[in-house]
Amino acid sequence: MKRLSVPERLTKNRFNLDEQESHIEVNQEIAKATGTGKAIVACCPAHVYTEEPDGTISVEYAACLECGTCLAVAAPGALKWHYPRGGFGVQFREG
Amino acid sequence: MTAQAEPDFDVIVIGAGIAGCVATYQLARQGRSVLLIERGETPGSKNLSGGVLYSRGIQQVFPDFLSEAPVERRITRNYINFLNADSSIAIDYRDARLADPVNAVTVLRAKLDAWLAEKCEEAGAIIMSGVRVDRVLTEDGATGKRVVGVRAGDDELRARVVVAADGVNSFIAKEAGFREKEPLHHLAVGVKSVVSLPRETIEERFNLTGDEGAAIAAVGDCTEGVGGGGFVYTNLDSLSVGIVVRLDDLTAKKKVVTDVFDHFLEHRFIAPYLEGGELLEYGCHLVAEGGLHMVGEIVMDGMVVVGDAAGLTLNTGLTVRGMDLAVGSAVAAAEAIGSALEQENTSKAALAGYREKLFASYVGKDMKTYAKAPSFLEVERMYKEYGELFANVLYGAFNLDTHPREHVRTVARKSLARSPLTIRQLVKDGIAGARAL
Repeated sequence: MKRLSVPERLTKNRFNLDEQESHIEVNQEIAKATGTGKAIVACCPAHVYTEEPDGTISVEYAACLECGTCLAVAAPGALKWHYPRGGFGVQFREG
Repeated sequence: MTAQAEPDFDVIVIGAGIAGCVATYQLARQGRSVLLIERGETPGSKNLSGGVLYSRGIQQVFPDFLSEAPVERRITRNYINFLNADSSIAIDYRDARLADPVNAVTVLRAKLDAWLAEKCEEAGAIIMSGVRVDRVLTEDGATGKRVVGVRAGDDELRARVVVAADGVNSFIAKEAGFREKEPLHHLAVGVKSVVSLPRETIEERFNLTGDEGAAIAAVGDCTEGVGGGGFVYTNLDSLSVGIVVRLDDLTAKKKVVTDVFDHFLEHRFIAPYLEGGELLEYGCHLVAEGGLHMVGEIVMDGMVVVGDAAGLTLNTGLTVRGMDLAVGSAVAAAEAIGSALEQENTSKAALAGYREKLFASYVGKDMKTYAKAPSFLEVERMYKEYGELFANVLYGAFNLDTHPREHVRTVARKSLARSPLTIRQLVKDGIAGARAL
């Protein structure tokens, strides 16, 4: 089976994007100081997080598969993560 | 109780997964008014599992489950695999007895949970989809805080009992103070692809006939040595293929989870199963692996916690369970809630029957039996050295290179001497394994 990139994989899923509101917020200072930034980049199966050249973490919340792994590895205060508003986000057809 | 505070429902259930749906169904069948709130667009749309459901418990709830529910295949083949980089050793356990009566089935949750929710509606429950519960409503009662309902956006809904069935992340249980943030060695991340393949191809590749199914579970190099494992489960005309890796080990080894997943998919002994397949969907899920240690407080005034939200998952090394425990906890909770409503008292003390019933059932008993499994499965050697040792012993036996043979016992002793493992570790792990599993 041909290897697909993570963004290519995500195109197979159905998402209802919440244009109004992101459900994820990184506290850049704490993320950097605690190593949370690098940890959430590595552990997110959807590659929601990217470390930019300046060391900040950018967030592509539209790709989120809502597993909560980032929140589990994040140091206190480094990450605000909640489920998207009702009806928004990934909608699995297989599951 | 004032007129305004009269509850809208007997019970509000948060989350239409297996635990939430089964609790809803059981309570609706008792004639209670039940509201099931689901944040996904439709029930099932936020739900994902590896895919093997040990089905006896849910068959007790729905006697026609196997013929009516959207199940994929009946598992008659369990393939337990030490998967090294270039070698593979497996126990290929096939048994006609697993087909009659059926013991386990593969499921795809978006389909299964939609069916369960339909059953709830048929039983008289009301389902509200596309609504996220933001928090529970509490009031100060005689014995401290009491849950009296839920808030979703600007709406407040009241019930005599709230059931938190909102999954492993359970913001509701955490907010109510039931659960602390879990230590990382209690948590794992599962990453899964559903890959479509023609039915006949699956049956040929996995040696199956009809609706028989296979479940492959692998440990070793397949996860690049990270604590956890990989799986391939057969659905009717697709495969569920994935990894589950412990978060403490993943972060300590500084591995990128998607690299580990790709490594598994492209492993020389896994890739052939997937050949020619098309990706249908890509998903992931947080998995609670703490076993009994994760099950904390599950009852408070006006609320109970069920399923993943209560930390009810179990990895015994051979079987990985969650959905069957969700069923059992929901059945226990619904019984206890029923009696509490009967007595018109839904205090913590009146709902305590849930915990008693849970621990008297297969759920609580199995959680206790396997209480030592999580720490046993954290033993690093399980994920690298053992598989290599077994392969070296067998290589010594099968590699007839015209040199005179040695007894397997001698080969084993020499392989052990060359391996980083010691006899002491072998004995220790053997005893610990026997005790834990």
